[in-house]
Amino acid sequence: MTFDWDLIWSSLGPLIGGAIKGTIPLTLASFSLGLILALIVALMRLSRNAVVSGVARFYVSVIRGTPLLVQLFVIFYGLPTVGVKLDPWPSAIIAFSLNVGGYAAEVIRAAILSVPKGQWEAGHTIGMSRGQALVRIILPQAARVSVPPLSNTFISLVKDTSLASLILVTELFRNAQQVAAFSQEFMALYLEAAAVYWVICLVLSSAQSLLEKRLDRYVAH
Amino acid sequence: MLPTNDTPVLQVRDLAKAFGSNVVLRGIDLDVYRGKVVALIGPSGSGKTTVLRCLNGLEMPDGGTVAVGASAEGPAGGSAGRSAGTSSGLRLDFGAKVSGREISALRDRSAMVFQHYNLFPHMTVLQNVTEGPIKVQKRPRAEVVKEAERLLDRVGLLEKKDAYPFELSGGQQQRVGIVRALALKPQLLLFDEPTSALDPELVGDVLTVIKELAEEGWTMVIVTHELAFARQMADEVIFMDGGVVVERGPASEVLRDPQQERTQQFVRRLLHEF
Repeated sequence: MTFDWDLIWSSLGPLIGGAIKGTIPLTLASFSLGLILALIVALMRLSRNAVVSGVARFYVSVIRGTPLLVQLFVIFYGLPTVGVKLDPWPSAIIAFSLNVGGYAAEVIRAAILSVPKGQWEAGHTIGMSRGQALVRIILPQAARVSVPPLSNTFISLVKDTSLASLILVTELFRNAQQVAAFSQEFMALYLEAAAVYWVICLVLSSAQSLLEKRLDRYVAH
Repeated sequence: MLPTNDTPVLQVRDLAKAFGSNVVLRGIDLDVYRGKVVALIGPSGSGKTTVLRCLNGLEMPDGGTVAVGASAEGPAGGSAGRSAGTSSGLRLDFGAKVSGREISALRDRSAMVFQHYNLFPHMTVLQNVTEGPIKVQKRPRAEVVKEAERLLDRVGLLEKKDAYPFELSGGQQQRVGIVRALALKPQLLLFDEPTSALDPELVGDVLTVIKELAEEGWTMVIVTHELAFARQMADEVIFMDGGVVVERGPASEVLRDPQQERTQQFVRRLLHEF
């Protein structure tokens, strides 16, 4: 089997373009919004109010118990039937954010719980309210613990954004599909797409290592 | 009324606390006068730590009152007295509903030193000490840092100010814990078994610091197992067992010549006299 190297070379432009204009911004936007949502949901889960924590638990259960593709289709193809019509990009960002929100909420909740109770108490004894202790004392320590699992979520999201091609978002994989359909070089194009995803994830993995090192500066080795 | 040595800095009446059906405190009365040191002793599970935690709002009592007086703050007659904050008297009645604001007012008046230090691991020594004064009390940073450095120097840890807690020994961490409490300039210092988690050879440094604070005139309540230490520096010793006060009095009496049988047994056991 031989590859059409000229085609591979010439399609690198559209693929990387799709990553820069589609995959990467979609990932960053969804992950940022998803993290904010996750923090809110995690705090709701930890609330002493049974209704509040129940709502959060239900949300996490639905997100984790249904396929991402189904969530995406409900938002893009389902909502218009009840009068809510969203463009591909907002649909994709909403679906991915909601998904990250569900998964990362559990990570953040566990990370908050992993900080010893004495840290809350030490915060209170220097006069902090619960909110102050959370922001100044608990979350910085929880952040360190949650970097590895959240990195997993982030790297999964980079690849999951390829699903957005199915609701017509122009991103890395959709560009690969189009070149492949046109040239009939499926193997070459899809391997090429795989390689571009891989490189993005390699870069992210090294960023994760650097971040972990920075956050580990105050623990014994 | 002008604050005098006759006004207790802390007055506790009929304090009660239960965890579910398990009664851990009953009818606890406590008067701590300005510049005095009260030692709470007793076996594990006697409720002595719970008393201390109630005084700092870390546990919510089910009944009783806690009043922290209107006396001047800081050490009695010492020059390290605080300038921050006003101090009118505060009286909480736990028989009624107590608001979060009242709890934080209670916390403002005392500072706790924990058995396991509970330093903030993500902050340097200096940040641990200045966090409360700067972020909570909103005092000017320059002044707070200067004061914190002075206090760290006092306990021999100034050169460690930029270290993280994990780089310190237990004894050093506890001294930082004490400085963190002092920096808040509380009316009342609360110590929860401050040396129980330390290696024996590190206990001395911490006890020395506490003793100096007592000599300076800080008002303190100390939960401790160090009877020799209590005998040496406490003005009053309170022996608790089963959630009640069994015996109380001057250290010399309670520890040398206890009247109650339970106190006698406890003191004998701790002094290894069988």
